[in-house]
Amino acid sequence: MTLAARNVRWAAGRTVIVDGVTVAVRPGQTLGLIGPNGSGKSSLIRLLAGLRLPVAGEVVLDDTPIGRFGRRDLARRVAVLEQHALTEAHVTVLDVVSLGRTPHRSALSLWTDNDDRIVSDALSQVGLENRRDQYWHTLSGGERQRVQLARALAQTPSCLILDEPTNHLDIQHQIEILRLVAGLPLTTIIAIHDLNLAVRFCDTIAVLSGGRLVTSGEPMEVLTEALIADVFGVEAHISTSGLHGRLHIQFAM
Amino acid sequence: MRRSRAAVWGIGLGGAALTAACLLLAIAAGVSIGEMPIPMETIFGTLTNRLGLTTLRLPRIQEAIIWDYRLSRSLVAAVCGAGLALCGAILQALLRNPLAEPYVLGISAGASTGAVGIMLLGLGSGAVSLSAGAFAGALVAFAFVVFLSSGRQTADRTILAGVAASQLFNALTSYIVSTSANAEQARNVMFWLLGSFAGVRWPDLALSASVVTACFLVCIWHARALDAFTFGEDAARSLGIAVQRIRIVLLVITALMTATLVSMVGTIGFVGLVIPHAARFVVGHGHIRLLPTCALVGALFMVLADIVSRVAVAPQSLPVGVVTALVGVPFFSIILYRARRST
Repeated sequence: MTLAARNVRWAAGRTVIVDGVTVAVRPGQTLGLIGPNGSGKSSLIRLLAGLRLPVAGEVVLDDTPIGRFGRRDLARRVAVLEQHALTEAHVTVLDVVSLGRTPHRSALSLWTDNDDRIVSDALSQVGLENRRDQYWHTLSGGERQRVQLARALAQTPSCLILDEPTNHLDIQHQIEILRLVAGLPLTTIIAIHDLNLAVRFCDTIAVLSGGRLVTSGEPMEVLTEALIADVFGVEAHISTSGLHGRLHIQFAM
Repeated sequence: MRRSRAAVWGIGLGGAALTAACLLLAIAAGVSIGEMPIPMETIFGTLTNRLGLTTLRLPRIQEAIIWDYRLSRSLVAAVCGAGLALCGAILQALLRNPLAEPYVLGISAGASTGAVGIMLLGLGSGAVSLSAGAFAGALVAFAFVVFLSSGRQTADRTILAGVAASQLFNALTSYIVSTSANAEQARNVMFWLLGSFAGVRWPDLALSASVVTACFLVCIWHARALDAFTFGEDAARSLGIAVQRIRIVLLVITALMTATLVSMVGTIGFVGLVIPHAARFVVGHGHIRLLPTCALVGALFMVLADIVSRVAVAPQSLPVGVVTALVGVPFFSIILYRARRST
């Protein structure tokens, strides 16, 4: 499934946050959105997910504007993982993952064996099948994100949108989550802070600055020392890693 | 170990049947207990007589007391408890705030201002126009709270907005009472404001039961959507929920229930707070089970509170709001204390 933003623009009050951005991700590939704080990554993510409506331009899913899909219809195709899901409710892992079935169920339909199977599969994909009765508030940050990922998978989407899903995690759990996501056969868009992780896990990268798209393409072509100096304002040294053969970015401190 | 779905439903239905049986017993006790104690067989005899099933010879006065006063009173208490508990459950889910309920958010205060306005300023009369005035007041209070707490919606802001709304509308009510009521009216209004089932009769039951039943069905229809609010509005939206529409529908439903009940029996606080939390302990967070549980347990609680209000300082009776507050405030404190530890 192809997801694309065409010339989208979004403003909060009079402040333009996303200013005529065009990005696209091909079926099964992973697009990374990078850029400094306030560059419009999160807002673009919300536009792509259909959580906000652009004031100009459009977001299309397989060439159909997402506004043409019903809400539930869209939620069966596109799942969203937020930075930091919070709740005070006393819910279990199973409760949270079961929420993923919401767009597939009508107001009064009963829980089916099929729902059961999909939720169990989602739990085992993130390695939490033995924790289904544990309470949300007893989980660590990394486990919570895995539960939310399982919830997203239970939506059986073809497209996954993630807004800095590893922001609050230590490096081990960052890699764990990103590996899980990269291993999924889904079209994925991910806003991500860490440039080395972006290089490692994304097929293409789009660089945002001040709400505008600076450039996009394969990480090898896009990420240059000049671009990093320009967009992030830091001096970087880029080499090819002897470990994985991809780019390795070091920062002058 | 996981129980099968059939077993879970079995346990749930068994629990519901048990609670319903307790509710019936409590209502029977509520009819039996009072200044003139009436034996159970007279109560059931009166019921079967009135329903045309029997033609037993019973003491006239007792039969009249049962049918014209106590039964309608107990049933209205049950409906009020169910309605207020539902309001609390809905508000807590929608606003994602464990302390939300009509009384704390000032919605009840708004409704009483509306009702008192109708009553004392003589704008129309009768139960329906009283409810309409209360509904208008409740909506204004709602709008006020939503407006004050809009933007970054945190638990604290919503509660602060509720405090402001309560103060404002209570002040308005006092203003209306002190400028336009005579001493007798003022005394009645003040007693009514604290919550009392003393004046309710069959027409009140018809109105409140139909409103609460209709609202309950709407809430059940949206139960699954309420679950989706667990992680906030954006999360709900991304699960395919029409957030804006559901918010408006359910907030109006809550205002309608609160207004109908307040205009009938005054402001009764804390039921909406206590019952949903207690119900969650038993059946968990899923609204498809939580909402019916709240309705049943709320009804049971209020019928018992009404009995306590009549026997605690007999022969005088306490306002029922006093009883619910005496139970509710300690409970409120526990929730506050737990919230302090978890953050």
